[in-house]
Amino acid sequence: MAEPNLVLNNPGSDTTREQDLIARVQHGQTELFYELVRPYERRVYAAALAILRNESDAEDVAQEAMLKALANIRQFRAEARFSTWLIQITVNEALMRRRRERTVVMEGIDDRRDEEGEYTPRDFADWREIPSEALERKEVRQRLADALATLDRKYRDVFVLRDMEQLNIQETSEALGISVASVKTRLLRARLMLRDLLAGGWERGWFSRLPFEKGSKPW
Amino acid sequence: MVDRQELKCEHVWREISNYVEGDVDAGLRAAMDEHFKTCQKCKSVLEGTRNVIELYSDERMIEVPAGFGRRLERRLEQGARARGSGWSTWSAWLVPVAALALIAGGVRIASSSTIPHPLQSEHAQPGRDIPPDMLVIVTAGAKDFHAPGCGVIHNKDTERTLTAKEAIQQGYVPCVRCLRKYLETAELGHTSLEIEANTSRDADEEDVRARK
Repeated sequence: MAEPNLVLNNPGSDTTREQDLIARVQHGQTELFYELVRPYERRVYAAALAILRNESDAEDVAQEAMLKALANIRQFRAEARFSTWLIQITVNEALMRRRRERTVVMEGIDDRRDEEGEYTPRDFADWREIPSEALERKEVRQRLADALATLDRKYRDVFVLRDMEQLNIQETSEALGISVASVKTRLLRARLMLRDLLAGGWERGWFSRLPFEKGSKPW
Repeated sequence: MVDRQELKCEHVWREISNYVEGDVDAGLRAAMDEHFKTCQKCKSVLEGTRNVIELYSDERMIEVPAGFGRRLERRLEQGARARGSGWSTWSAWLVPVAALALIAGGVRIASSSTIPHPLQSEHAQPGRDIPPDMLVIVTAGAKDFHAPGCGVIHNKDTERTLTAKEAIQQGYVPCVRCLRKYLETAELGHTSLEIEANTSRDADEEDVRARK
């Protein structure tokens, strides 16, 4: 377990080591599996939570998903990203749980709801520099989580998988079983809605006491 | 090609997410770049959209409950132990997976290419029992390969014949209908025999078996 913090902070930093771990687990060293998945446990949990919106269900599903990944580790193919594979299993598991707990009829209605209408931004306030330091504060994270929670679930699911879980568009479409075009449409709407929800508040000084640093934009 | 002069704000908003993704063609990108130079509103929407993505992608947005890792580790240990001694729970979860596939089938029947990979690969894992040189059929726009004569081959005019091995190498997965028997013997064991016993088989499927 060398340098666990390094691995945790940057899961992609040690792919050789990860491949080695995968190979070992595939050959029966299942006791190494937790070490393999530990860098992703937060993302796995977050994916489950975003879909289920209940902490104990999310934890249970996250565990179930990891167990499935372990049971099926031999099916993992090296050309895929391990993290993506893990997240996709989690998403399937979470969607299954959610479907089990809601009626199929409701699901059908939800799927038919219109999404063709264009979304017009309402708030044109400028954000200042991105205050990523603000994320150190729990109330800021809570604000963001609250905003996300107000989105319809079909927008939230896509946003969470693409922008929080970092799946690409194609992977998101496969994980949710919707078309690439739908992913793009919903993603656009989710991003614009969140921007509207947050931009004005940001400018009006939710975080005005925070010491924003200039020039910290990563793009 | 988009005329830069003609680009309206509404058009920019419609494409802004794709723009951030780098998923617009060069002409549109240039037109949008130009638009952002002069339109403060759209510039603001762009910056805000990027801020949203940047903030939510931050790992600090994800908090796991206290003790999460410890509990996960313990459950995995139990799972690994159970597995070492003939782990059977995963055949139990295949039943809900199969049920889900049936439910989902209603919604997704028209778009077989969008079935999630892990779901499909887990219950339709390229079975070790499918003869690698068996001739199978693939079609454009679908991810499954089929035994000849399978009743659920879409897009028949784009049919292509190749060996099962080649199909698997090219990323196709076995059709859960016509190749079920291979998958079941490979992955499901006795649990699924009950499912199969209740299902009538295609005559064509029997042909394939006879040829084998």
